[in-house]
Amino acid sequence: MEFVQNLPFFGIVLALFSGVLCSILKRKLARAVCLGLVMAELIASFLVLLFVLRTGESYVYMMGHFPAPWGNEIRVGILEAFTALFFCAIMLLSILGGLKHIEEDLEESKENLFYTMICLLLSSLLALVYTNDLFTAYVFVEINTISACGLIVIRQTGRSLVGGVKYMIMSLLGSGLFLIGLCMIYDITGHLLMSNIKESITELAATGEYAEPLTIIIALVSVGLAIKSALFPFHSWLPDTYGFSTPASSAIMSSLVSKGYIFLLIKIIYRVIGFDVIVSNRITNVLFVFGLAGMIIGSLNALKERDIRRMVAYSSVAQIGYIYMGIGLGTVYGMAAALFHIYSHASGKSLLFIAQSGLTDANGGKKSLLDMKGVGFRNKIAGLGFTVGSLSMVGIPLFAGFISKYNFATASMYSPHKMLATLIVLAISTVLNAMYFLRTVIRIYTPTGEAAKPAESKTGPSFAVAVAVMALINIAIGTCSGPVMEMIERGLWMFS
Amino acid sequence: MFTALWNNVEATVAIILFGIGFTNLMLNRNMIKKIIGFDIMDSAIYLFLAAKGYIKGRQAPIVVNGIQDVEAYINPVPAGLVLTGIVVSVSVSALMLALTIRLYRRYHTLDIDEITMLSRKEEK
Repeated sequence: MEFVQNLPFFGIVLALFSGVLCSILKRKLARAVCLGLVMAELIASFLVLLFVLRTGESYVYMMGHFPAPWGNEIRVGILEAFTALFFCAIMLLSILGGLKHIEEDLEESKENLFYTMICLLLSSLLALVYTNDLFTAYVFVEINTISACGLIVIRQTGRSLVGGVKYMIMSLLGSGLFLIGLCMIYDITGHLLMSNIKESITELAATGEYAEPLTIIIALVSVGLAIKSALFPFHSWLPDTYGFSTPASSAIMSSLVSKGYIFLLIKIIYRVIGFDVIVSNRITNVLFVFGLAGMIIGSLNALKERDIRRMVAYSSVAQIGYIYMGIGLGTVYGMAAALFHIYSHASGKSLLFIAQSGLTDANGGKKSLLDMKGVGFRNKIAGLGFTVGSLSMVGIPLFAGFISKYNFATASMYSPHKMLATLIVLAISTVLNAMYFLRTVIRIYTPTGEAAKPAESKTGPSFAVAVAVMALINIAIGTCSGPVMEMIERGLWMFS
Repeated sequence: MFTALWNNVEATVAIILFGIGFTNLMLNRNMIKKIIGFDIMDSAIYLFLAAKGYIKGRQAPIVVNGIQDVEAYINPVPAGLVLTGIVVSVSVSALMLALTIRLYRRYHTLDIDEITMLSRKEEK
């Protein structure tokens, strides 16, 4: 056993301890610890990814001294390592980009608690990505929810408090459903480790025993995680929470927290229930329909919105819809497209939230779209970042969003019954995306006639670096999608 | 049908309680009643788990009089899960109550719809 194989476990524990440490440190020190931690996790994930790519197979890491059916395990494959790497990168850039706002929005004595929440959130995300045990997954789902709620309410305005409470209520509904589904799984299989559960469920599905409980379990677990990741009919909390928290929290919430749950759902589909059982139970059709509805409704809501921040938030509803549509196609191709969209959306949406905060600052804090005229000239780097994010969301070639949409369209060819619906809704949604995003881009680049004021140096160098790197990541995924797709396909193959 | 339900009376009760708690958490407008709903929902899950771990006629898995046989004891894993779950739900309840106190101090009401309305007005 090589040392690198320990890193995923060390990462999770180190993040938990840094969280505790940050809560007693002064704010500057806490920030240094937190940024150092995220950077260390980034490097560790990269090393693990290299290791898994080199050996070409996944490995299971036993925790404690109890072997398979009793003990707790971590499982690392290409997909897990790549997702962890990506999550760490986006988290680091979001914090850097929102640094100025973290200082402004939060009370000085509370700032170290923000970094505590970030550390806990990172550890729970990594645990969700790596764990091979369902109950551990549940515990870390709850840690994820609590720390995400902390990130929202730490900016103590009335709106963000209400947003945080609404988020908690919806999330608790979701985790209740998830937990009872999980207990029923334990009831009919007698196992908690994913691989053991899958063996029993394959057997049960073959004999037809416990058919109804199995259907109910699949429904409970999928709906529970769908509520937590804000699939369309459960999205009511989303604009409030994303719209009024500090920009770094919004970026992290939209691009990482909801994606963590979706990744867990994909993992459960492949490694717990089994892909064939899921498809034959037709839950994928339900997810498909709600995904399609979300794509349209989310975009329509965004089109109506006059507040730039809430517009970006509503666009998240549409993008989550895309991911569920990919899962709902019920083929490996759809799943690969959904996974690719997780990455492309994460890189685009965090960029939009951070760039938007720069634009509103340059506009004197006014968030209304009508006041945005010519803002792009006042804060050039934010304007550029917003444009790149928007073009990616609309799906212009060269940017990551284009490859996502192309993947969804080609994936739909393999499921003939759903092809027409997918293509039509993709087209409608693209037009709607173009309508509200390009409208905003045109407005921020409309000359106002007055002499352009020099850019205020309010945002600082970390903001510029973060926006530039995020834009580059987006373009890199968009232009070199081949290796990423290959990695996703190899990772999915390792899953089953 | 009824005999099947009666034979699994703990599971039946647990699912009914889960439904009560779930609807309360979702639909009740009073924050405190929402939190009570959440606690009922989680307790129902623990009842379900504990009932599934119990095997009639066996003892708690603590070796006292030297019996090492597996057949003598009930399954200890669900009890461990229930304990973990209780810790999680206690901390979530505490967080929710703390948030409720915050909201009450600010808006002097527990009605979530009213709070939403007031917070929107405050913005303008």
